[in-house]
Amino acid sequence: MPYVTPENTATWQHQLVDHFSWFKYSSPQTFFPLAGKLVPWFAIAALLFAVAGLYLGFFVAPTDSQQGEAYRIIFIHVPAAWMSMFIYVVMAFWAGVGLTFNTRLSGMMASALAPTGALFTFLALWSGSLWGKPTWGTWWVWDARLTSELILLFLYFGFIALQAAIDDPRRADKAGAVLALTGVINIPIIYFSVQWWNTLHQGASVSLKSAPTMVATMLTGMLVMVLAFWMYSIAASLMRVRCIILERERDSQWVADYMSGVK
Amino acid sequence: MNWASWRDFFAMGGYALYVWGSYGVVIGLLAMEIVLLILRKRSILRELLRERSAARQALQ
Repeated sequence: MPYVTPENTATWQHQLVDHFSWFKYSSPQTFFPLAGKLVPWFAIAALLFAVAGLYLGFFVAPTDSQQGEAYRIIFIHVPAAWMSMFIYVVMAFWAGVGLTFNTRLSGMMASALAPTGALFTFLALWSGSLWGKPTWGTWWVWDARLTSELILLFLYFGFIALQAAIDDPRRADKAGAVLALTGVINIPIIYFSVQWWNTLHQGASVSLKSAPTMVATMLTGMLVMVLAFWMYSIAASLMRVRCIILERERDSQWVADYMSGVK
Repeated sequence: MNWASWRDFFAMGGYALYVWGSYGVVIGLLAMEIVLLILRKRSILRELLRERSAARQALQ
């Protein structure tokens, strides 16, 4: 086992980079046009799934026997809450990849995901609050599910603020990555909070172990809305990562070449 | 069909404030994010174009 020195660390990183062809796309220069081609497809898919999901949610799914029409908030609340957690995990994954392999694009992907993740976290809290008022009689309660989701929002804000506070983007990526990876601990806490603690928030409506406790059309509508939000998140993050790439690589030759094609 | 009329649909069984309050904010903020991203891309392109023309003038 050879000693790890900065020199041979760089060597094994390069060997790994050569080994996997998909590392080709870890270059911002090659990823920029690819992302540009993908954005419209994901945007169209998001719109189509949203139209289908909203149709199922409002016109096909029946009125709930206990909650009446108030339950229809589920078609955006649950997908937003799932996306808020999922985007965080993907963000931490890219941050971790950037920290390990020192690839520039990974850090940019993490930065591009954070605002969209924060937005979905806010939307989950907002729609949850508007659902809580008519069903629980309160806008907010400090139970484990709601509190851990609020902490998730602060983790996103912390990540964004920390990166904004550091001028050198590569150092900002590293500091952000450490914060993002530490915060991953909160994700299982949010997910299992309804089992671990006695919460006002209800348990999972959908789980891998048991059959869904929902009418089939309600479940289908909700899952189609999950797909819509998923496609939206990909489209928005790709749009943002393109902005970040242009901002960070503005002095490079390829951006100059790209700009000569603009107008 | 769940609704007898459009009025019935918008009333949401008396939960209009909560249901439309959620949907309105979700759709509004998601649309706003996309608009802000388009504006951000435009402002970067404009800035880079300005820098390029400034650099060319400096050369002349």
